[in-house]
Amino acid sequence: MLQTLGYLPIGWLVIAPLAAAAFVAFYFGRQQVGALAIGPTFSTRLNSQPNFHGYFLAIATILPAALVFLIYLIFADGQVRNNLISELPDYLIARGTEQVDFFVSRVVEYAQSRPSEPTGNLLFDESVERFSVLKGSARLSAIFLATLAGAAGFFFGRRQLSRQFPARSYVELCITSGLFVCAAIAVVTTAGIVLSLVFETVRFFSLPDGPSIFEFLFGTDWNAQTGANFGAVPLFFGTLMIAFLAMLVAVPIGLFAAIYLSEYASPQFRAWVKPILELLAGIPTVVYGFFAATLIAPLVRDFAQWVNALPFTSDTLLAAQPTSALAAGLVMGVMIIPFVSSLSDDVINAVPQSLRDGALAMGATKSEMIKQVILPAALPGIIAAILLAVSRAIGETMIVVMAAGGRALITFDPTSDITTVTYQIVALLTGDTAFDSARTVSAFALGFVLFGVTLFFNIIALRVVQRYREAYD
Amino acid sequence: MTKPALSPEAFAEQRLRKRHAAERRFKLYGQLAIAIAIGFLAILLVSISSKALGAFSRHMLVLTIDQPQLSQQSDLAVSDLNLAVRDTLLGEFPEISVDRPARIELFGLTTRLAVLPLTEEAAQTPNMFDAPVQTRLALSDDLDLYLKNDIKRHQRVEVGRAGRLAQDTSGMFRLTDAGPDGFIEFQDFVEALPEPGTDILISLSGAWFELLAASGATLELRHLAGPLPNLGEQNASEIEATLLPAASENRKVTNRQIVFAMMLQERGMIQKRFNQSLFKNSDSTYPELAGAAAALIGSMFTMLITALFAIPVGILAAVYLEEFAKKSILTNVIEVNINNLAAVPSIIFGLLGAAVFLNTFGLPRSVPLVGGLVLGLLVLPTIIIASRAALQSVPPSVRDAALGLGASHSQAVFHHVLPLAAPGILTGAIIAMARALGETAPLLLIGMVAFISEVPRSPSDEATVLPVLIYKWFSGAERAWEPMTAAVIIMLLTILVGMNLVAILLRRRFERRL
Repeated sequence: MLQTLGYLPIGWLVIAPLAAAAFVAFYFGRQQVGALAIGPTFSTRLNSQPNFHGYFLAIATILPAALVFLIYLIFADGQVRNNLISELPDYLIARGTEQVDFFVSRVVEYAQSRPSEPTGNLLFDESVERFSVLKGSARLSAIFLATLAGAAGFFFGRRQLSRQFPARSYVELCITSGLFVCAAIAVVTTAGIVLSLVFETVRFFSLPDGPSIFEFLFGTDWNAQTGANFGAVPLFFGTLMIAFLAMLVAVPIGLFAAIYLSEYASPQFRAWVKPILELLAGIPTVVYGFFAATLIAPLVRDFAQWVNALPFTSDTLLAAQPTSALAAGLVMGVMIIPFVSSLSDDVINAVPQSLRDGALAMGATKSEMIKQVILPAALPGIIAAILLAVSRAIGETMIVVMAAGGRALITFDPTSDITTVTYQIVALLTGDTAFDSARTVSAFALGFVLFGVTLFFNIIALRVVQRYREAYD
Repeated sequence: MTKPALSPEAFAEQRLRKRHAAERRFKLYGQLAIAIAIGFLAILLVSISSKALGAFSRHMLVLTIDQPQLSQQSDLAVSDLNLAVRDTLLGEFPEISVDRPARIELFGLTTRLAVLPLTEEAAQTPNMFDAPVQTRLALSDDLDLYLKNDIKRHQRVEVGRAGRLAQDTSGMFRLTDAGPDGFIEFQDFVEALPEPGTDILISLSGAWFELLAASGATLELRHLAGPLPNLGEQNASEIEATLLPAASENRKVTNRQIVFAMMLQERGMIQKRFNQSLFKNSDSTYPELAGAAAALIGSMFTMLITALFAIPVGILAAVYLEEFAKKSILTNVIEVNINNLAAVPSIIFGLLGAAVFLNTFGLPRSVPLVGGLVLGLLVLPTIIIASRAALQSVPPSVRDAALGLGASHSQAVFHHVLPLAAPGILTGAIIAMARALGETAPLLLIGMVAFISEVPRSPSDEATVLPVLIYKWFSGAERAWEPMTAAVIIMLLTILVGMNLVAILLRRRFERRL
């Protein structure tokens, strides 16, 4: 019996009784209080509606039970494992923890595959059986404790119910706390990001084959895949170079598009073109990467070869690689156009109409009005938009993975295949990830830098946007 | 340089003209910017769809297979079926059955694993091979590409009438000219070709040869396939030469395989069909057998987890921030935090997943459960922001009326405000899901790039997703991967467009004037 219980998938079996208990408790609570509420006089009126008493009793019943299951989920597996290890024969224990862990993992895996026949290895089969029994008893005790806790909650809650009992306030409190927990998940996520990045970065710098912080931030030799050279300057350089190329495309096109759409275009034109521009932002980056690598990168190479073949240039002026910073930068720029244009559009629209009217009344042409009145007024917002776009370009991954290169170079030649921070993170963490080699952990140090820089840009940009909005609102 | 003094009117007019020219230029820049952006989008879509077009059809080998010999009792193995397939193929080309290299080239028309679907079918229908079975096998990817693209560039030339065909001791053939100077003219024609050195096939009454050398009135030939005509006699049939677009060193298919393919195509045994395997099969190392089914299901499971996690949590968080939270430092921190989280690069979430979910919690790699959670965290801020905007657009009078009638705070919110905000929230949620569906980088870091050849059955089975499949196939070395990658991109874009259309329709349908 215990053994069967040990390997049944019982996730749904837990949720169903909990839901049933909640329903029963709800009707019980409503019934009990509803019975009290007979009679029209003030003294027989309830503090809260019967429904709220029902909700209260339901919460009082399943909350403790759910807590027990939560504790089981967190701790039980480890406990069962430890128990199993303590029962293993001494000669196996003597082989060291690594061997034991491997053995236990195999036992667990085999037990969960619900075996029908023994493997023939006596110790292994015995352990599998023992594991199932242990797990089964853990589950049984969890179910027992949960039932007990639920029952206790139910009877405790029932004793509270009375005419004066403010069930509604308690239920409201529970709902508000639940909502708060949801809102706090965002904070927990940030905390998780910061903590894991900081933790792994500190570990990286304290590893015996890891570099010093100074070496990492200012070294110019990066060769994490094979060697142990962790000078990240070439990666920072490549990232900024590609982001710069992207900005060369995105800023003029995005800005002019925004100006045209908000100042010149007819409403119908705007209604059609704006969504089309925003389509550019909705295309997955992996698609841009494919496009950059299969169409733009060969064009860039052909162009570079053409330049090299010109009579007044040397044959090796441009690197003319099959993947290049220029290809990645160009396509990334196109991807970022809608960011720049829609954010700039917002700030341009936020400039008060009176400024426009004033400029036009003074005899300015439309373009003079835009250049000399609107753009200066909208400048902080536009700069914020550009900052957000830069942070986006720095963090972009798939385009550079597919269309830029893997070579850590410092060169101003846009047709060479320079690498970026995000490219290296992907290269270091895809495939085999043992979390104890400097090679793997270095990805987290790079991620930390990336996170810090983008966060810095974002905070400044959001500040500017906010302040700017307040100024005109 | 001195300019003639202008009258004030003329000066003003000139200045005005300049200013108007500047105005037109400025406007033109704006139009140009929009044209470039839209043009780029158009080029992107057109280039990818034209690439994808080739992958939606493929060449299949149509064979009639007899009862295969079983090497083991009861079980039909892949190797047994392959032997049967090879027998059928050899039956078509009996003339090469003694030539081992030619046999290997013939068997290269299709990969060993192409019979896999047939073995599965045979396992389900016991007496399938009682009668000969007609089946379709995927042609090898290189040959398929050749038949799709390069065969159009074959150039056929009449050479003249054949004279005597003789075989020399090395197994090569010599063909003499029957007519006056047919071969000489042909040689002149070949020498005048813009690209010398292309391979030339010679066909003579059903037999195919490769031209090794031509001197005077004889052609030196190597037999490729097709029944040999009688040797030594005056032949007198027409000779046709086929000029191939590239020399055999520069392509993956041999001359003999091209001949096989052309002969089989003539016999109706190679047919172009809709590429079902693209939708039905899961990943494979052979492009001709690979399909996106597993990734499609994997994407579905991942999106399911993401939606189950991010949509409720996002909506409830937005409800808290918009309706319940009092102004305090804590809520302020949460707000700033959410805004910043929305702009954190997606790859950072991959690092979070790798460090926390995989390393600390010990969850398995490559499963939709973990991928869905990571993507859920990624799109959570987007959903919260969209939901808050939707909640803000509900007029306060609705709230006040509900509270005034004695509803509790949560009743007012959940019974009245939230339903009114639902269309906006739903639109935001769908757009966020569309973003999650296209996300690649974080999933690479939690191992969803592993090779998965089985369709996942639950969110805790190993799986991959469509965008990651795109990345993987893109990295594949064979040329056949490129159109297939483009085809998966079209699939993904179709789904995304569908989701966005649903979002737009929902907004239209439920938009109520408040």
